Amino acid sequence: MILSVASGKGGTGKTTVAVNLALSLEGSCSVQFLDCDVEEPNAHFFLKPRIHQSQPVFLPVPEIVEEKCTYCGKCAEVCAYNAIAVLKDNVLVFPELCHGCGGCSLLCPEQAIKEKGQRIGVMELGAANNLQFIHGKLDIGQAMSPPLIREVKKHMNATRTIIIDAPPGTSCPVIESVKGSDVSLLVTEPTPFGLNDLRLAVETLRELKIPFGVILNRADIGDKQVQDYCHKENIPVLMTIPTDRNIAVAYSEGKTIIETQPAYKQKFLELFKKVQKLKK
Amino acid sequence: MKQLVVISGKGGTGKTIISACFATLAQKKVIADCDVDAANLYLLLHPEIQENHQFTGGMKARIEQEICTGCGQCLNTCRFSAISEKDGGEVIIDPISCEGCGVCSYICPEDAIKMEKSISGEWFVSQTKYGPFVHARLGIAEENSGKLVTEVRKKAKEIAEKEKLDLAIIDGPPGIGCPVIASLSGTDLALVVTEPSLSGIHDMERVIQMAHHFKTQTACCINKYDLNLKNSRQIENWCGKNSIPLVGKIPFDEEVTKSMVQGIPLTEYTSNSGSREIKKMWQKLYKLFAREEINK
Repeated sequence: MILSVASGKGGTGKTTVAVNLALSLEGSCSVQFLDCDVEEPNAHFFLKPRIHQSQPVFLPVPEIVEEKCTYCGKCAEVCAYNAIAVLKDNVLVFPELCHGCGGCSLLCPEQAIKEKGQRIGVMELGAANNLQFIHGKLDIGQAMSPPLIREVKKHMNATRTIIIDAPPGTSCPVIESVKGSDVSLLVTEPTPFGLNDLRLAVETLRELKIPFGVILNRADIGDKQVQDYCHKENIPVLMTIPTDRNIAVAYSEGKTIIETQPAYKQKFLELFKKVQKLKK
Repeated sequence: MKQLVVISGKGGTGKTIISACFATLAQKKVIADCDVDAANLYLLLHPEIQENHQFTGGMKARIEQEICTGCGQCLNTCRFSAISEKDGGEVIIDPISCEGCGVCSYICPEDAIKMEKSISGEWFVSQTKYGPFVHARLGIAEENSGKLVTEVRKKAKEIAEKEKLDLAIIDGPPGIGCPVIASLSGTDLALVVTEPSLSGIHDMERVIQMAHHFKTQTACCINKYDLNLKNSRQIENWCGKNSIPLVGKIPFDEEVTKSMVQGIPLTEYTSNSGSREIKKMWQKLYKLFAREEINK
């Protein structure tokens, strides 16, 4: 089972749900946790894994072999991302724009382009008790997180229940994180911002054909529009978490809900049962 | 024109609430929502849309099945795992995974793959009671959010020049990647909104480093500072040590959600302590801009 936890809006409680679910399940099945919010990974604050392996992640970017280059301009023509510019007697490469598609080196008539690895971040593998943990951390100043997310997901262990903590939003990093999930959970809050971004996330998951349910966090603030929307769209609300200053304070200290309120463990186990029923 | 961008690293710290308040406080400005994949600022500014533009961010590959011989050369060259072979031998492209590099169309010996422009969003020029507003909506499961951000900012700048406005207020996206870099590059000041949690602190440090990497000055504000005073002190100390002006400490405030439900910027909804703190913060930021002016 691959379960991803996402939300259009940031700060609704994705990481809270993902880590509490992972820790609740840990006794009954083997869990692997992937933090795919590589721009701002936070799950490690709560799971406190011991990292035993750290490996840099590289994106293949072009390197011009000056002796062979005839400045014909083919590489600049094929690059869809404007990452290469060919001048009269010089070739400029802008690695921050490169997607690593390999087109330039493949199509250079003189074989004058090699690929070299440009570091974009680091992937760390570890464990917290029996739970396997992996996260990616994008290097500061790097723009492209999807290749790093792909690398993290390459290390998925299909023998385990995999829980993916996705980044906020609905664009490429989110797609890359949730793609291939059996089920997604969308965490939202009952406010106009929460509803607006939930709608976008719902459309995204429908496009990707991933079954999903909603978790309503801070369920007693705001208005009733999120519930009405879910009801109208036939989207199951799988769990509600009330506003609780204690939860917010515990979160701020890197503590989980089940650590401070053990009764929640049962609620997360019930949530997982509902998730299993959603799986196609 | 000066440009102020509001960012946070971590999502949900209050960027949009604060940007909307600034929109009510600033004079002669253009407002831009650069969180194009989960845009919320319009919910507080109630724009009257005047222009609507399609955004073609990139290309997508499409196979012409009647020409394709199923040789499979494209399968091996696609680095985004967007091309696959169905059981019957039909080769197909998943438009969601396709990043539009076009390598498949170049290497196809039958010329059976065409690259087509894809409409991947829209952007709008609107009028609000607080001034002109440029905003956008990225298409579902689309990429190129960075390019769409650039488009929004270009238009905002154009409006500012035409209408002789001296400030742009930019509501940025969460994270530190492509759309954030596009929102931040070339701005005069980035206001980083954080919250006193371990995650908030970690994400704030990363986003400030990112801003400095791109040579943008930063100021910081702590939202819900009273939720964890120890962590708030830690943020204050960190800012002090790194010479980052801490321009505001906003208390946890239930009125914020109420104002959002009403669709009114907090500073217009109430004059409670949170609202007053944001007004004070605006004064300080304004002075920061003014001081820069003198330095130049």
